Amino acid sequence: MAQVKEYIGKVKPDWCPGCGDFGVLNALQRALADLDIAPHNVQVVSGIGCSSNLPGFLNAYGFHGLHGRSLPVATGAKLGNHSLTVIATGGDGDGYGIGVGHFVHTCRRNIDMTYIVMDNQIYGLTTGQASPTTEKDVRTKSTPEGTIEIALSPIALALSCGATYVARGFSGENLHLAQLMKGAIEHKGFALVDVFSPCVTYNKHNTYPWFRERVYKLEDERHDPSDFRLAMEKAFEWGARIPIGLFYKVNRPTYEDEEPALRSGIPLAKLPLQRNDLASFMEDFI
Amino acid sequence: MSANQQAMPSNSSQANIDYVFRVGGEGGEGVISTGEMLTVALARAGFEIYTFRTYPAEIKGGHANYQVRAAGKLLLSYGAAVDVLLAFNEEAYQKHIKDVHPGGVVIYDADSFTPPADNARIYYGVPLTSLATEKIGVKLTKNIVALGVCSQLFEIPQETFQELLREKFTRKGETVVQKNLQALQVGIEYVKGIDKRDPVRLGPGPRKTRELVLSGNESLSLGAIAVGCRFYAGYPITPASDIMEFLAKELPKLGGFVVQTEDEIAALGTVLGASFAGKKAMTATSGPGFSLMTEMIGLAVVAELPAVIINVQRVGPSTGMPTKTEQGDLYLACYGGHGNCPRIVMALTSVEDCFYGIMRAFNIAEQFQMPVVVLSDASLGHRKATVPVPDLSRVPVLERRTPAGQELVNYGRYRFTPDHVSPMSIPGMDGGGYVAEGLEHDEHGYPAASNHENHLRSTKKRYGKFQAVEAIANDLTRTYGEPHPAIGVIGWGSTEGVIREAVQMAIEKGYSVGALHPKILYPQPLAKLTEFMKGTKAIIMPEVNYSGQFATLLRKRFAYDFVQLNKCVGLPFTPKEIFDKIEEVANNVRAGRGVHATSV
Repeated sequence: MAQVKEYIGKVKPDWCPGCGDFGVLNALQRALADLDIAPHNVQVVSGIGCSSNLPGFLNAYGFHGLHGRSLPVATGAKLGNHSLTVIATGGDGDGYGIGVGHFVHTCRRNIDMTYIVMDNQIYGLTTGQASPTTEKDVRTKSTPEGTIEIALSPIALALSCGATYVARGFSGENLHLAQLMKGAIEHKGFALVDVFSPCVTYNKHNTYPWFRERVYKLEDERHDPSDFRLAMEKAFEWGARIPIGLFYKVNRPTYEDEEPALRSGIPLAKLPLQRNDLASFMEDFI
Repeated sequence: MSANQQAMPSNSSQANIDYVFRVGGEGGEGVISTGEMLTVALARAGFEIYTFRTYPAEIKGGHANYQVRAAGKLLLSYGAAVDVLLAFNEEAYQKHIKDVHPGGVVIYDADSFTPPADNARIYYGVPLTSLATEKIGVKLTKNIVALGVCSQLFEIPQETFQELLREKFTRKGETVVQKNLQALQVGIEYVKGIDKRDPVRLGPGPRKTRELVLSGNESLSLGAIAVGCRFYAGYPITPASDIMEFLAKELPKLGGFVVQTEDEIAALGTVLGASFAGKKAMTATSGPGFSLMTEMIGLAVVAELPAVIINVQRVGPSTGMPTKTEQGDLYLACYGGHGNCPRIVMALTSVEDCFYGIMRAFNIAEQFQMPVVVLSDASLGHRKATVPVPDLSRVPVLERRTPAGQELVNYGRYRFTPDHVSPMSIPGMDGGGYVAEGLEHDEHGYPAASNHENHLRSTKKRYGKFQAVEAIANDLTRTYGEPHPAIGVIGWGSTEGVIREAVQMAIEKGYSVGALHPKILYPQPLAKLTEFMKGTKAIIMPEVNYSGQFATLLRKRFAYDFVQLNKCVGLPFTPKEIFDKIEEVANNVRAGRGVHATSV
């Protein structure tokens, strides 16, 4: 088994002390080490935001792209070489706000990748505006009188769009989170791991203690992750008790399974160029 | 003799053949497919072809027309006057009769309308609809009846049409094939009994070898395949969708495939992801989609990722005129996006150039690790032409520089190098790990958002690649006519053929004219431009746009008062329009008068 330290990058995280994202990074490194996936066989793609800085802190191939656009890039990276492990990371603004269109369609496509969203219910990098998962009536810099919109449910959205592994973790439950990530990476298909990752600087509402009082593990209550309707019901449980754990898991052929060109198993990036084929091929156009 | 024939120098009678056919009727009733079949039949019969089509923005209904010019020699434009008009309804007749030259032929559906008396042209009324319904029992076969009429009347080899009908309808079963063959025969028999009063006769053409018949969009798709593109991501948009459709059908035969994404941002994002993973990839779109892609172009520039982005331009701004042509996206192609953002912009000049041009675009993208924007337009993308079977040895296939050996020790993805290109590792390569970074970064790809000196150095690195690209741009610049003319013409993109024809016309009339046509527009081929401009008295810049976008770019580099000739009606130039401007400018220069811009 590989050591966690093999996955530690050369750049030191620039997150605020106490940021939930440290726990997410640790859990991911632990999951990769446990699964013994060589760092050079991992592609980690992110968008923009505090949490999207993660690829730089990990020893692997990384892609730190545009705000909201991690999933298209990750899709291309996976289809370009589907023998590699692809992980997309980002925050709630990145994935559920500006990038929500890509999220919807990547779920539908069921590309074999893991999407880790560090959900802190706030825009942290831009210093504290409301995000798509900010709870109603919460005051932020952009909503001094409280948010008017209701919060989006990432779990329900992923379920309805066809994600095949839908989980939620909590940065304060590191071993549990690493288990969810391991399951997600091992799962063949599009896996969402939404993580409560508190912003200690700009979200004074959804704090570590706030979560500790409320979260409970679905496994502890013998939740059946093959039951779609139950998963949907649990997705909307919010208030005194908030579930974390694996909501839903189903096996459906992935995009790569269904794409005839990839069935041979040879990644596109390794496909040799056969120029002779082309001559006869062109005869079709005479 | 037709108006088009007069412009062509003659060698032999077959080589001298030059006719323009135009088919017009209700959109959705087979006008386009009739035109396409006529096109392929003429190409297989041994003629060079050049088509032009306009079709309505509506899916069904509205007026559609398809024009085929067929000649014994290489064609550079869609021609001037129409020799044969095939009008399926009165609207087609009314729209196009003014383009049919005196002595030209009109074939019309006599069941649909009766044209007014006209002594200048030769009319054949054929009851196409009733022949189709009564003799075949299928109204839509009137198109095939009409092809039979053309075959017999103008001596286009029947067997060619028969062969085509078999190919086209075999999948639908023998009954359908037979019905269509019968319809062709009905048309042939009908005109056998009438008195031929026109001189249009084709017979077998002078070319004995077979050539490809391709649209610009098909040609560039084939070129992409030839250079090793096996991955395409795109979003449907007129007039670029047929590139995606073509590749979706053809790529799987070679192990590749197409992904249809949720929007154009995702399309280019997916392409960049695949390129990062080590695979050549491209996307194609038109103006509205290209606008969306600009943020991804910036990312490709700063992360130094090879990518090919095709923009088949249509009329803008906004939704504009989706099925009409324009050269209006050059500013956006060169400058779209924020920051100092060097990318390469190329323009395709002909259907044949689409094939080799796209190969070069991939080579340049891979060689310099930059996005290459390739501009085509609706008129080029959708017109068909005969193209010699491509010679794959003409353009080598180049791959990106990857690190090896010592380069992988303390590997720096964005290492500063003398030629500004750094070895690019591919995921899976041990020791090559790095972050493709959209933030300003240092040689290792580590974020350097507060390192002021590094930003300048990195910007210089990215722009530094232009030096070598400019040399390629000079090599890829073509000139026509006189090398040191009094009157110069500079064009770009799909206007190459018409400009060449206009220059030929002007030279034959004794004017001192030459044209220059670069294939790379950004960075510009300064050496070639400087040499060409030396000694000219005036330079005309024809562009299918309103503001003269290339002229504006060149004014930034040269203190020269370019004479703009702009056409902004959604249609390409005719050679005559450019010739008239050359004549006007040449005469004004000769008389010592001023020269000025005009719009067509």
